[in-house]
This record gives sequence, C-alpha cells and structure tokens, in this order.
Amino acid sequence: MLRFIFGRLAVLIPTFIGVSIIAFSFIRLLPGDPVMLMSGERVMSPERHAQIMTDLGLDRPIYIQYFDYLVNLLHGDFGSSIVTKRAVLDDFLQLFPATVELSLCAIILAVALGVPAGVLAAVKRGTWLDQTLMGTALVGYSMPIFWWGLLLVIFFSGYLGWTPVSGRISLMYFFPQVTGFMLIDSLISGQAGAFKSAVTYLILPTIVLATIPLAVIARQTRSAMLEVLGEDYVRTARSKGLSPFRVIGVHALRNALIPVVTTIGLQVGVLLAGAILTETIFSWPGIGKWMVDSVFKRDYQVVQGGLMLIAAVIMIVNLIVDVLYGFINPRIRH
Amino acid sequence: MAVVDTNSVPPSGTAPPSGLSEFWFYFSRNKGAVIGLVIFVIILVLAVFAPLVTPHSPSIQNRDVLLLPPALSAGGQWTYLLGTDAVGRDILSRLIYGARFSLFIGLVVVTLSVISGVLVGLVAGYFRGRTDTIIMRVMDIILAFPSLLLALVLVAVLGPGLVNAMIAISLVNLPHFVRLTRAAVMSERTKDYVIASRVAGAGTLRLMFLTILPNCLAPLIVQATLAFSAAILDAAALGFLGMGAQPPTPEWGTMLAEAREFIQRAWWVVTFPGLAILITVLAINLMGDGLRDALDPKLKRS
Repeated sequence: MLRFIFGRLAVLIPTFIGVSIIAFSFIRLLPGDPVMLMSGERVMSPERHAQIMTDLGLDRPIYIQYFDYLVNLLHGDFGSSIVTKRAVLDDFLQLFPATVELSLCAIILAVALGVPAGVLAAVKRGTWLDQTLMGTALVGYSMPIFWWGLLLVIFFSGYLGWTPVSGRISLMYFFPQVTGFMLIDSLISGQAGAFKSAVTYLILPTIVLATIPLAVIARQTRSAMLEVLGEDYVRTARSKGLSPFRVIGVHALRNALIPVVTTIGLQVGVLLAGAILTETIFSWPGIGKWMVDSVFKRDYQVVQGGLMLIAAVIMIVNLIVDVLYGFINPRIRH
Repeated sequence: MAVVDTNSVPPSGTAPPSGLSEFWFYFSRNKGAVIGLVIFVIILVLAVFAPLVTPHSPSIQNRDVLLLPPALSAGGQWTYLLGTDAVGRDILSRLIYGARFSLFIGLVVVTLSVISGVLVGLVAGYFRGRTDTIIMRVMDIILAFPSLLLALVLVAVLGPGLVNAMIAISLVNLPHFVRLTRAAVMSERTKDYVIASRVAGAGTLRLMFLTILPNCLAPLIVQATLAFSAAILDAAALGFLGMGAQPPTPEWGTMLAEAREFIQRAWWVVTFPGLAILITVLAINLMGDGLRDALDPKLKRS
C-alpha cells in the first residue's frame, strides 16, 4: 500500500512542474507588454519601465525567472493582486471555504439522490420508473447550468419570493468567521435566524451545482448495479433465500459502489468548473467568481496564482481518491 | 457488403447482416435515440435554411416592439412568435441563426479534437515507452485544471471571440480522445491479426492507420458525440461569461448574457435561448446513448 501511495506521489511531481510551467507561461503569453501587465500601470516613462523590469526580474534569462517562480511557489508565495495588493494565497484561503461549503453540499445532495435513483432504476429495469428516472438524469446531464440557475431564480426568488437572489447570508446578521463555513459559523454565533438565513441562501446554488454530478452518479450507479445484479454471487444470495432488500442493499450495492466512488472523485473537477458558473450567477463569494472577476479586471497575477492553487487542489483530491480507491479495491494496487 | 434494406430488421436468416443494418437494428431499438436523431435533423435543417425559414432578420432592431412577450401570452403578437428582446429583435429568428453557431462550434471542436487526439493517442499507444510517458504526463497536466477555467484563461490569452473559444474548447477536450485512443490501441496492438499483418510485411503507418485504427473506432465515435454536446455547452458557457461569441452575434450563450438583466421583467428573453441549448444538447446526448448501445459490443444483447 505504501508503495502504491509513493508511486502516485511520484507521478504528481512532473504534473506539478508542468502545471507551474503553464501558470508561469500564462502572463508571458498574453498580448501586450509584460511590465505593464504585471505592474498594472498604464502609462509610464522609459526609466520607470526599466526600473520595474529590474524589480520584477524580467530582465533576467527566462529559465532563471521560472526557477525563481518555482522557489517562490514552494515558499507559499503565489504573487499578489495588482488591484488590491493583497497576497493571492490570502485571498484564496479566505474565499476557498465558501466554495468548499457549496461543493460539499452539492456532492452530498448528488450522492443522496443519485445513488438511490440509480439503484431503483436498475432494480426496476425497463419499467416506466426506470425510463422516467433515466430520462430525467439525461436532461440533468444535458443542462446548461447557468440557464438552470437563472430559471430557478426567476421562479423561486422572483415569482414565489422564497429564496434570496444572491450572496451567502442576509446582511442583518453579522458574526465573526470562525471556520469560514457559513452554516457552522451561523450556528456558533447563536443568533436567532442566522442559520436559517444561511440555509435559504445556500439552497438554489446547491441545486444548480449538484445537477450534473447527480445525473452522472445516477447513470453510473444504474449501469454498475445492472452489471453486478447479473453476477453469480448475487444469484447465489438470492437462491439462499435472502430478502431482496438484503441482496440488493448488501451484496450487490457494495460491489456496485466501487466504480461509483471513482465517479464521485472525478466530479471534483466538474464541481470546480461548475462553481465558476454557479458562483457567478448567485454572486457567491468563492474562488470561481474570484477567478472570473480577476480575468475581467485583467488582474493577471491573481489568475496566475489562482490557476496554480486550483490545479494543486484538484491534484491533491485526485491523489486522495486514488488512495481511497486502492483501499476499497485491492486489485488496482498492482 | 450486401445491399440490405436498412429497415429490414431483425437480422435473421443465414447470411450475416451488413454492418450498417446491424447498427441500425440496435440504434433503432433505443426509442430515445431515434427521437434524438429526429430532433437533431430538424435543428440541422432549420440551421442550414435559416435565411429561408426565419420570419425576421436576426439583427434588425424594431424600436416599436421592445421586449414584446411571446404570441401566446398577453400582449404578444403573432408576427413575433417567441417575442422580442430589449432592442426589438425577433427572438425566434435569432435562435434559428444561433443554431448555426452552435452546430458549427460542435463540428469544429469535435473535428479538431478528434483528429489531433487520435493522432497523439495512436502514437502514444503504438510506440509506448518514453514517448507514451511524456504524452500522458502532458495530458495529466491539462486534466489538472477544471476544463471551463482552462478554456476561460486560454480565451483571456488569445482574446475573446468565437474562434478562440473553439480553439480553447478543443484543447481542453483533447486528453479524453488521447486517453481513449491510447487504451484502445494498446489492447489491439498485440492481437493476432495485427501480428499477422506485421509478419506479412505491413509498415508502421499501415499498421497504425489501416490495421489498428478501424478497430478502435467504436468508443471514439461515442466519445465524439459526447464531446459534440459538451462543446456546445462550453461555448455557450463562455458566451454567457462574455468570453465567447461577442454581441450582437446571435449565439445562444451570448443571448443569455445579454438577457440576464431582464430576468425580473421579461422571462422569455432568458427562457428560450437556454431551452434551445438544452434541447439541442439533449438530442445529441440521446443519440450518443443509442450509438453506445449499437456500437459497444460489451453492452450488446444484455
């Protein structure tokens, strides 16, 4: 097992270097003068230009610049924003919990609905229930979520007035951010109604972000279940006279879930891509909206640092999923 | 290959059915796939003949009918079936022209990523060794970014616009085709027919393209369908974020971005472009499911 983990780690190192090269090249590939792009100043004298060039180390050979960049990264220096002058890492750490909270809620919703829906469709294969569930799943899978979000806002916020349009919590409540997770912080604060407010702000973004993972998980669970239900050991369990509930819930589902766990792990990238759109629609102050805003503000230092940090998060999560997968499915360790 | 009426199913009798009729037999058993095909053909015909079927020009602004509701709701006019947008352009006409963009985007992206992905994947799977390792590491790097974020940043580098959006989406799609081709090639290259062909004196290129590649096509066709619909969604998302096609192009995502500020006042300007995206993507995905059933021997007759 340790060998397996170290093997995975060894593969990560070239990927990390590759990702850092892409992030490093990003600013240098942009059209325009790198000095102006990096300093954010529009008009400058030639002397000032040369001064900044030296300050930023742009007058040195490109491989030394890259080496410096890599050393900075390993020291936790991901650059700082041109607009706010704040360190990119600080901004990231402040905004990341909002994205994690939204993503966790979305994946919990997707698993809680997707797995039972998939099992039900597989067990009732070919019936109208199967067709309805899988039809709905395909619609969810095909959904342009930025439009889906707007529709939900029109109906639930505009027409019914049940949910707020954007943000994380009502402005009426103010309390210190202990964990960065609004649901937990609002509970800790003890303010009446704060938790409920946080929940109402969370509902629509969660549904929107969960839509595609939910559809993928339901479809994947169904096909994995169908494969397992045809196996000999399921027939054996049935012929032993075990209750259908036990056969499906214990014998079949446990084995069917192995590929589903991988699918869930693969949804992390999907969630972060979805977070870009969902956070933009609901003005959710997470890293997705932060990246989009930075692209539009031409705050390229933030885009560069954000790219690096988000890729690092995805790589680490994928590593964890791989290792977990190695635990539940010993066959792939070799 | 014998000429067989493609409608004469099921394949019975002594002679083996032709590939095409067998394919159609399995494809048509999936009702959803047939519905998807019909919808797709309708959208395709509308897109091709857009200038003939649209009631209005997609770009002419009629100042008399700003934000006119659809014909069936109160205050609507039958000449503007789906209503008008904030500057008085006919939404139905814009949607039909938008189909041209979406289908074109899907076609270009799939062509670009299939051709380059299959080439790279073939090389990786056929030659293995160091070439393979380097190629797969590069693909891992692309996959380490969320696809939409990478596409967004690429467009920021290249400059916003439809062409650059298509290039960016093709690039983020590439790893899927490379991985799929490589896996298929690796499982085929040690099979007897390939070895026999090599013993018979076939050269490397012939082995790669004529002997191995045709036997790897089934999963690639299914993936290409999925990539087609994903490309339409991604391009619309980029348009929505303001980084894809630029106004006044009647691209569906761009139309949604323009309509966003009217969501409280005029539901139709928001609803119809998204519905067009959903229907198109759904039709293609339905066909993709049917293709998978028809082409994937593992799932056949199950």
